[in-house]
Amino acid sequence: MGVITLITLFPFYWMLRTAFSTNTALAQAPASPLPVDFSFGGFLRVFGLQSTEDALAEGGSGGSLDFWRYLANSVLVATLVTFCQVLFSAMAAYAFARLRWRGRDALFGFVLGGLMIPTVFTLLPNFVLIKEAGLVDTLPGVTLPMVFMTMPFAVFFLRQFFLNISREVEEAALIDGAGRVRVFFRLILPMSAAPVATLSILTYITAWNEYFWPLMVSYSGSSRVLTVALSVFRAQTPQTGTDWAGLMAATFVAALPMVVLFALLARRIVNSIGFSGIK
Amino acid sequence: MTVAVIKPTTVSPTASRAPGDARTALLFVAPAMLGYLVFLVWPTLRGVYLSFTSFDLLSPEKWAGLDNYRRLVNDPVFWDSLGVTLQYVVINIGVQTVVALLIAVLMHRLTRSTALRGIVLAPYLVSNVVAGIVWLWILDTQLGVGNEVVEWLGFDRIAFFGDASWAIPTIALVNVWRHVGYTALLIFAGLQSIPPTVYEAGRVDGAGEWRTFRSITLPLLRPVLSLVLIITVVGSFQVFDTVSVTTDGKPANATNVLQLYVYDLAFDRLQFGYASAISVALMLVLTAVTVVQYRLMRAGRSDLG
Repeated sequence: MGVITLITLFPFYWMLRTAFSTNTALAQAPASPLPVDFSFGGFLRVFGLQSTEDALAEGGSGGSLDFWRYLANSVLVATLVTFCQVLFSAMAAYAFARLRWRGRDALFGFVLGGLMIPTVFTLLPNFVLIKEAGLVDTLPGVTLPMVFMTMPFAVFFLRQFFLNISREVEEAALIDGAGRVRVFFRLILPMSAAPVATLSILTYITAWNEYFWPLMVSYSGSSRVLTVALSVFRAQTPQTGTDWAGLMAATFVAALPMVVLFALLARRIVNSIGFSGIK
Repeated sequence: MTVAVIKPTTVSPTASRAPGDARTALLFVAPAMLGYLVFLVWPTLRGVYLSFTSFDLLSPEKWAGLDNYRRLVNDPVFWDSLGVTLQYVVINIGVQTVVALLIAVLMHRLTRSTALRGIVLAPYLVSNVVAGIVWLWILDTQLGVGNEVVEWLGFDRIAFFGDASWAIPTIALVNVWRHVGYTALLIFAGLQSIPPTVYEAGRVDGAGEWRTFRSITLPLLRPVLSLVLIITVVGSFQVFDTVSVTTDGKPANATNVLQLYVYDLAFDRLQFGYASAISVALMLVLTAVTVVQYRLMRAGRSDLG
């Protein structure tokens, strides 16, 4: 177990140790366990706070990462995707689990059919669709398809929980004259807080880490998210060799928000990941 | 996003069958169904349709019949990349399943600590892009600390990402690092559903650790394992991110996995029709894999009645 923990955590430590070193020193002491020639240079380059001369002198590319903008884009995309996907799936799951209407089971089967479609299969045609809609390189263009690509799973996941909520509570509220909408928001959602939270967190992490789709639809800073920005930063290799200190600072800053989010909510997620196949 | 508020309709307890339900249901499923049709069902149908055309994104598509599929059958690069992808899947799934089982059993037998479960899950929080770049640095031929260790052990430095025979196994293991904790947690959830009495009975009969694992844990875990396997296999066939940020298909197509080939065909050469045909082929492969695995799973129903 010790070995597993070491292999699991070592890359995180190495990221930090490298980020606080300078490139020149890294080349001289590749195995030193502590940062070599301690410096904030890598982070300064990431945040675009270093002058071009300094950056080039320290082995940077001089190309900066417009970090705050990409961070804002990532937060916006992940938040919107999570909010819309969870809300819409919960509403649909409620109709499939608690309401009786003609065609319900057929339609639910049709939604489950979506689970059979590999996520990447729809990327190309979705790109064509977004292009026709004139939304390429815009935040809505990045966000919209991501809301629905993994929706069938979310509907299926929440329906399982809604099926188990006792009918009596709901019936009582209805007798008191509450409408279905009110029952759903005031009763069903609060009673399913745990699965809804788990689904939200997993959806958020997945959306935050998504790379393939944003890579296809964003060309410029206006809609670029962090994952794509990182690979661009990696591709801007200076003549002198890769700017490892800057690159590690960038990966660390990109990974940090999810680690913090997880640390705050860890107990809840870890204990409630049952059978969820969000990959 | 505003949610339409409708007037509450007064309903009796038997209202579940009232006509009002259909209207309400429609309101509840509308947003999800609309998005599902526009961004999943329609693109799927269109992807299949485009695979029979010579679509290039710039001009209206022309019907091409089976041309793309004929080309696919005779395309050495396609078969090559299918082979590379299979190699990746086998290594990734093999290692990941064994290690995840090991972690899950260790967690189940030895510890109740949530902190440890959190640690195991940590790599899952970073993107494939971050995982790829970090390991690219650790395993760098000149400066990577991994190669310092290799040298210290008395071997020659290894170009993990630059050598044709090392690159795919390396990428497969990077993705194991990222996903194994998540997989272990899924298996762990399955382990918790095995009643302790079964283990007690095993102990009374004098079964050791290994025997217990082989004769009790594995057979009872079968349904869970099958499900986890289906998810991970389908996921690993679609590998793209890690390859894209580390080797980008090099050296000489040695890491040209299917998705990378599809991306290259579509966005570098604008052959959307042919790229769609390859996507359809991959979808068929995955459907077949899922069906076969599902059959095996049905055959191996758990003995927990």
